[in-house]
Amino acid sequence: MVLNVFSLITQVVVLIVVLAVLHQPMGKYLAATFTSHKHLAVERGLYKLSGVDPQADQHWKVYLRSLIAFSVVSILVIFAGLLLQGVLPFNQGMGAVDPWVAMNTAVSFVTNTNWQTYVPETTLGFGAQMLLLAVQNFLSAAVGLAVVVALIRGLVRAETRNLGNFWVDLTRGTFRVLLPLAVIGAVVLLITGVIQNWGGTDIHTLVTGAQQTVPGGPVASQEAIKLLGTNGGGYFNANSAHPFENPTAFSNLFEILLILVIPFALPAMYGRMVGDKRQGYTLLTVMVAFWLASTALMAWAIAAFSGTGTSIGEGFEQRFGVAPSALFATATTLTSTGAVNVAHDSLPPLAGGLAMLNMMLGEIAPGGVGSGLYGLLVLSVVAVFIGGLMVGRTPEYLGKKIGAPQMKLVALYILVTPALVLLGTAITVAIPAISAAAPAEGPHGFSEILYAFTSAANNNGSAFGGITSSGPALASMLAVAMFVGRFLPIALVLALAGSLAKQRKIPETAGTLATHGPLFAALLGGVCLILTALTYFPALALGPAAEGLLK
Amino acid sequence: MNAYGRQILTSLRFLFFVTLLLGLAYPVLIFGIGAAVAPAQANGSIITVAGAPAGSSLLAQPVTGEKFFYPRPSAVAWDPATSSASNLGPNQPALIEAIAKNRAEVAAREKVAPSQVPIDAVTASGSGLDPDISPAYAALQVARVASANGLSDAVVTKLVAENTSSGINAFLGQASVNTTTLNAALLQVQGKQ
Repeated sequence: MVLNVFSLITQVVVLIVVLAVLHQPMGKYLAATFTSHKHLAVERGLYKLSGVDPQADQHWKVYLRSLIAFSVVSILVIFAGLLLQGVLPFNQGMGAVDPWVAMNTAVSFVTNTNWQTYVPETTLGFGAQMLLLAVQNFLSAAVGLAVVVALIRGLVRAETRNLGNFWVDLTRGTFRVLLPLAVIGAVVLLITGVIQNWGGTDIHTLVTGAQQTVPGGPVASQEAIKLLGTNGGGYFNANSAHPFENPTAFSNLFEILLILVIPFALPAMYGRMVGDKRQGYTLLTVMVAFWLASTALMAWAIAAFSGTGTSIGEGFEQRFGVAPSALFATATTLTSTGAVNVAHDSLPPLAGGLAMLNMMLGEIAPGGVGSGLYGLLVLSVVAVFIGGLMVGRTPEYLGKKIGAPQMKLVALYILVTPALVLLGTAITVAIPAISAAAPAEGPHGFSEILYAFTSAANNNGSAFGGITSSGPALASMLAVAMFVGRFLPIALVLALAGSLAKQRKIPETAGTLATHGPLFAALLGGVCLILTALTYFPALALGPAAEGLLK
Repeated sequence: MNAYGRQILTSLRFLFFVTLLLGLAYPVLIFGIGAAVAPAQANGSIITVAGAPAGSSLLAQPVTGEKFFYPRPSAVAWDPATSSASNLGPNQPALIEAIAKNRAEVAAREKVAPSQVPIDAVTASGSGLDPDISPAYAALQVARVASANGLSDAVVTKLVAENTSSGINAFLGQASVNTTTLNAALLQVQGKQ
């Protein structure tokens, strides 16, 4: 299979045009959604039934407490639901899920990771897919949105500790943003050939005379939100490589659009909410630059290998080929999606390494729904701090002082994910009984382990699929990485938001470092690269770099 | 009740009602739209042979013998009950061996030199269910299929062309031949003779 450069460029241009048309209107809609004081009738009903007071303005600690309580309850409900699948309705005859797998899956879907330690076709019925997993595809994404909105409120508000109402933000993100887009996305996917039925046990005598069970299920509805919510948990084991999830090269391009559309619209929302569109455009520029560079590198890494190796084609779908696979692999790892249309384990070593590097960047280009923007905002604070040190002034961001308390939170935020990735990988490698789960020889086996922890701690969910993560040790360690990798950063972001909201606004002066424009964009991009490179380079050198360069 | 207790109760109630909307009403709505707008696709793009459903045009079908076009290798034996890739690393000995074995098999089956066998003929797809092959692999199989079915090469080549992707999907992806619809077309041509 060879790279069609013309096709790749065309698809990138199509994506850029569509995203350029959509991002401002969507950003405007998002900003209006999260700043409006009006509640829809259905929302008021939901608040009443759930016992939520939508008028309550929550202190950051209360906001966090609601978020954690809701997430923990969701994890327990899914865990229990999977264990009890055998007695619950719509189970297609599927029984109780293995407890380790159920635990890992529950954490995985609530943390927006959607790591698939289970094999859906043989483990889950319609009921578990729809009522447990797909629901979290909406809610976990809406939680990400809520957190970034709360952080932006922290920047906008002054002399308060209150960040808004978690339940209201969660509800609006779900019903005003994700659900309408999911309906549109699902209908387009249906037309391209994605299935939506209640069959699944039809045995056909095939054209060739053999017998085959044609699978069924509510796939289109789940596929749309899987991508829009940057979730990535496939209805089928093969995920977006499965013809029923991603039937054609056209559906493939549309799925990439679904992955990118909300994350790329969030900077526009941010610009409007802080009353300065230039702020949004600057962050958008950084996101787009990383996305384009990474896409080009990925296409090169795959195409260059096809000249020297024997195996380009393994794990690829013939109907996609190189360009659609490179585009998808980049989009899915630069966001927290983790859906795959090509087997990442079989990618050329440098391409697989690039997928890891994309996640290690912190998934900020454009990142997961909500989590991408709050990640980039935290890195913006670092850039402001470094810029402030260089010009010798107290750093400030949008009129808020960045002092020691803020930098402590930011520094912790930056350390959480690398610590989880590197410690998890180190522990696994050190214990042969656990590392046996990654069967590949030499550096590739190390890559499989490194990829797993990178994916889990960054809440991505894609995998080098050769690894077996359903055993107790890896299932637990990855679940810890997913849980801590999701909620500790969120707690730190909300604490940062609270500390910013408390401050008075400082008027801008001639000496203030502007947080918009090319200079700041370059500084921010540099900060992202340097932090990532310094943290992960040794680990990458042992895995994909060793395999790719020492041939 | 303390603050956490209240939040937990709220969470449970909220999750319950939201599940009814997102977990039940939403997929049922999409099912309804699918049944109205795109029933054939929603039901799996099923093809029929002699009036009976004979699998999905989107899924590969296992082939044995001489009479049909072979799809690509599959890590799951073309069984949709578990879709999967081989997940072998690009330099893993197991992959190199599998490719060599597949290459020898295809070359023997099609009576060509191993160097003529295209890469898609020897590598497993990401889903294990990919029905598509490259035009080169289809061309390789024409002579065998034509002679086994008592058809001329020209007729079979025409069928291949008719089942090759074109237009937007060929441009966005790459030119591919759908073995499932191609084999169904073969049956139909024979039925007419």
